[in-house]
Amino acid sequence: MSMMFAPRLTEAAAPTTHAAPTWSPYDNNGGTCVAIAGEDYCVIAADTRMSTGFSILTRNYSKIHQITDKSVLASSGFQADIRALQKNLDARHQIYQHQHSKQMSCPAMAQLLSNTLYYKRFFPYYAFNVLGGLDSEGRGCVYTYDAVGSYERSGYSSQGTGMQLIMPVLDNQLKSASPLVLPLRQSTTPLSEVEAVDLVKDTFASAAERDIYTGDGVEIVIVNRDGIRHELMDLKRD
Amino acid sequence: MGSVVRCDRYPYVTGSSVLGIKYKDGILLASDTAGCYGSTVRYKSVERLKRIGDNTILGASGEISDFQAITNLLDELITEDWMWDDGNKLGPFEIHNYLNRVMYNRRNKFDPLWNSLVLGGIKKGKKYLGMVSMIGVHFQDNHVATGFGNHLARPIFRDEWKEDMTLEEGVKLLEKCLLVLFYRDRSAINKFQMANVTEGGITITEPFALKVNWELEAFRNPTKGAEGSW
Repeated sequence: MSMMFAPRLTEAAAPTTHAAPTWSPYDNNGGTCVAIAGEDYCVIAADTRMSTGFSILTRNYSKIHQITDKSVLASSGFQADIRALQKNLDARHQIYQHQHSKQMSCPAMAQLLSNTLYYKRFFPYYAFNVLGGLDSEGRGCVYTYDAVGSYERSGYSSQGTGMQLIMPVLDNQLKSASPLVLPLRQSTTPLSEVEAVDLVKDTFASAAERDIYTGDGVEIVIVNRDGIRHELMDLKRD
Repeated sequence: MGSVVRCDRYPYVTGSSVLGIKYKDGILLASDTAGCYGSTVRYKSVERLKRIGDNTILGASGEISDFQAITNLLDELITEDWMWDDGNKLGPFEIHNYLNRVMYNRRNKFDPLWNSLVLGGIKKGKKYLGMVSMIGVHFQDNHVATGFGNHLARPIFRDEWKEDMTLEEGVKLLEKCLLVLFYRDRSAINKFQMANVTEGGITITEPFALKVNWELEAFRNPTKGAEGSW
């Protein structure tokens, strides 16, 4: 059984040339994620389609993963890497809970996610993440990442194949204060929870029209002081 | 010790599509029994469906030798699980997770097992059907297919699969898709096997052939409606 994981035996020590590769360790399984932070809630949403190339693998796959009672991670990109990343964070969170007798706060999880991604800077997790939840004061927070861990807290974000269709709409509707203007103003939206959820549904319905990788359904998770709530909405299946 | 990991790899003897569906009492898997050496159908009696323990069946497309390595690994896993003698048996969900980890970790080392795996099973009334690709992409669904099956059979499943089909309906649906694959997939042969897993156990059929009709209207005039195509 150890032969499965032993290093391959060498040929002679002649320098090797890399022939054109026949396979790629990465694939883009598509999809879009969105999160919006409110005064005392956070909405995290992602479509449920999983694709490869021009085929749909399944219409019913969740890209959303709840890591703690107050942090919810939505990721699009390469599904195998995303799943491994989720498990990695889960394991680290379990250890944290053993060591600190409490759960990680959302800002702490945000830093951990950044470090985890940068750890694989030279063979990245092909995952485009949006972390949403409530911070230690109960305000909504949204953190947005690139594949190698650079991140920023903001009032709203989207990632994935439909990102460029959705982000301008969110910019227009949510008018977040610039992080460059001092004094730093809160970036959470004054919209109510219901209005934010409606906005998310509208943006996904729009993205599904033009992005071939977005569709089938959207899973919406709302985190607020009462806990975590789920909603599901159908999207166009074409 | 300079061990050279080559990231260029080619499959040599390959199997074509594997199909899987959930039905009322369990899971049905189907595949043909061809092992192709490039464009030669070199082996015609390759069993690409294997039983794993008492409640899981595994089908593979892609490199046959890698599939044999995987079945060896799983046999060791099942044996070790049996030796614990603790009244607990690995179910399909657990084996799916194990296979995911194996495929993903091999991909991480740039030394993949060149297979697309279909895993189906039922334990304590809970049905499971899933797929793992050679780079570790995995999911579960009511119907799955690898390779060409993804393009040719999945649309038929999406149209005709329904919840709680009987065994006869399930077999009929799979036979329809196997026939389409035989007509259209160059590496398919008219020799198939089906595997069935229910709470009562696992049966894998002897190889069988399907009735083929080359006199179908669409074959007579293939370019009708698409001038210039072949």
